[in-house]
Amino acid sequence: MWVRELLWADNVSFRYAPGAPLVVDGVTVRLSDGALAGILGPNGSGKTTLLRLLSGTRRPSSGRVLLGAQPLDRLSRRDAARQIAVVPQETELAFEYRAIEIVLMGRHPHLGVFTVEGPDDVRIATEAMAATGTGHLAERPFHELSGGEKQRVVIAAALAQSAALLLLDEPTASLDLGYQLEISSLLQHLNQQRGVTMAISTHDLNLAASICRELILMRNGRVLASGPTTDVLTPDNIRRLYDVEADVQVNSETGHTTVVPVRKVVRPSSARASEGQ
Amino acid sequence: MSIRRRLALVLGGFAIFTAAILTWAPTVGSTAISLARAFDRSIPWESNVDAQIFFVARLPRVLAGALVGAALAAAGVVLQALLRNPLATPFTLGVSAGASLGAMLAVTMQLEFGLLGITSIPLASFAGSLLATGIVYALAASQRRGLSTNVLLLAGVTLNAFFSALILFVQYIADFAEALRAIRWMMGGLDVASYTPIVAALPFVLLAFGAFAVMPRTLNLLSIGAEAASARGVEVKTAQRVAFLSASLATGAAVSLGGPIGFIGIVVPHLVRLLVGADHRIVLPASALFGASFLVVCDLAARTVMSPLEIPVGVVTALIGGPFFLWLLVKRS
Repeated sequence: MWVRELLWADNVSFRYAPGAPLVVDGVTVRLSDGALAGILGPNGSGKTTLLRLLSGTRRPSSGRVLLGAQPLDRLSRRDAARQIAVVPQETELAFEYRAIEIVLMGRHPHLGVFTVEGPDDVRIATEAMAATGTGHLAERPFHELSGGEKQRVVIAAALAQSAALLLLDEPTASLDLGYQLEISSLLQHLNQQRGVTMAISTHDLNLAASICRELILMRNGRVLASGPTTDVLTPDNIRRLYDVEADVQVNSETGHTTVVPVRKVVRPSSARASEGQ
Repeated sequence: MSIRRRLALVLGGFAIFTAAILTWAPTVGSTAISLARAFDRSIPWESNVDAQIFFVARLPRVLAGALVGAALAAAGVVLQALLRNPLATPFTLGVSAGASLGAMLAVTMQLEFGLLGITSIPLASFAGSLLATGIVYALAASQRRGLSTNVLLLAGVTLNAFFSALILFVQYIADFAEALRAIRWMMGGLDVASYTPIVAALPFVLLAFGAFAVMPRTLNLLSIGAEAASARGVEVKTAQRVAFLSASLATGAAVSLGGPIGFIGIVVPHLVRLLVGADHRIVLPASALFGASFLVVCDLAARTVMSPLEIPVGVVTALIGGPFFLWLLVKRS
């Protein structure tokens, strides 16, 4: 089957300031239409930065990102935001917005400078809240919501952006087990029912194993391995990624892959010291 | 109720309130006048004392107050969103200190120049505000990506302290009468003698307000963070520059007209947010309107409470604003 590439990072590298170390180092990532990809890697491996390059909020220091056939940096932010939505790790507000106001902000790239949201925009925002199970929170102040509710409202805002691509940065970090499950099934649903293409960075190997069809493993800004989840999520790769011995079990009944960390592998100190961030 | 309707209703309410205050304010004073008589065109101008008091003696001062109040309140809103800090004021970034230094130098060096009927003090203070804005901007823009709001804040606060030290130094070596005159300027005052200074400040304020007009939804997004705003389609770098420069321009023009009148830029936006929520499409225009009426009423109090003695209007806004600000601070934490 031939699948269209929606987003393609071609050998991209990035440093935050001249002379600073490369945070992303020669990474190539292809997201095909309808993909649900997970990005795994230890802290500081460049996951968040890679997502920023993919969304175009940062420009690669070298290499390029293509959206469809177009270089992403040729698009205005407005045009890019109509096609790529982002769910950041944390959302901190300076002022006290209501949840619905946050979701309506997702309509920004679809509105003119002086245009006020019309009935269609309100409908799209309301539907996005319904899809994330936050409809009843619409009038509540955002800062009063629980962590899980906030995260779902922010996902609703990204959905209201009506973009074909959704990039999520650790969407389940800081959530309890119930919310983790809720978010992961929501993401799976959005991918399967609405055809939203997704890339999710996460530390949760089991979440990645259960919903992502392909995985990108990152360490020190480089791609360690990538490909279909079942091929990539091996004990060997997990050891190379996290220095952790792990049991990878495939449940023959459900087909679920479970990763059980066993112990930390002690690596020679010289090897660790030579790695930047 | 649709969003459009809500915007129209709330802003309409604020506009009517402000129009009423601006019409009423000139009728109050040591001599009572009748509004009906002041606007009665059948009475010849020469014999219509009410109209003369209204239009010549009091209206310029009321309009100056409205312009300064609107500019400072709106600039406060914009800077609070830009810095993502509800406690920022139009004076946080050093603009007013630059203006004060300019005014101080004009007074002590007895610079006597003018331009189109504008005297040296407002010209020098406007120049000072532009200088301060330029320095802070250059420092913050030297960062590679956009304006660093941290650098903006630190540079602004430091420049404030530096200029304040220069002001004290100039004051120390100045003669007594000059120093007193400069200090009096720094207390703020809206006692304009004619419409000329208002007309001179107006284009700059209008230019800034033109920039403000395209900004409200962008300010909403900037206040959830630069990265998030960029992902939602905001050209962050451009938006930050426009926000900083236009807010500084409005502040500089306001300060050259009325002196550094404190607290308007923080009290008014907070009050408005308490009343109408956080959406900048309402907060920004409503703050401009409410800032206009707030300063006009403060100035009314300044010229009537201890009449015939006038209290500097900056003292009145600080007397009202200071305790209010502290209350907000305690309530927030």
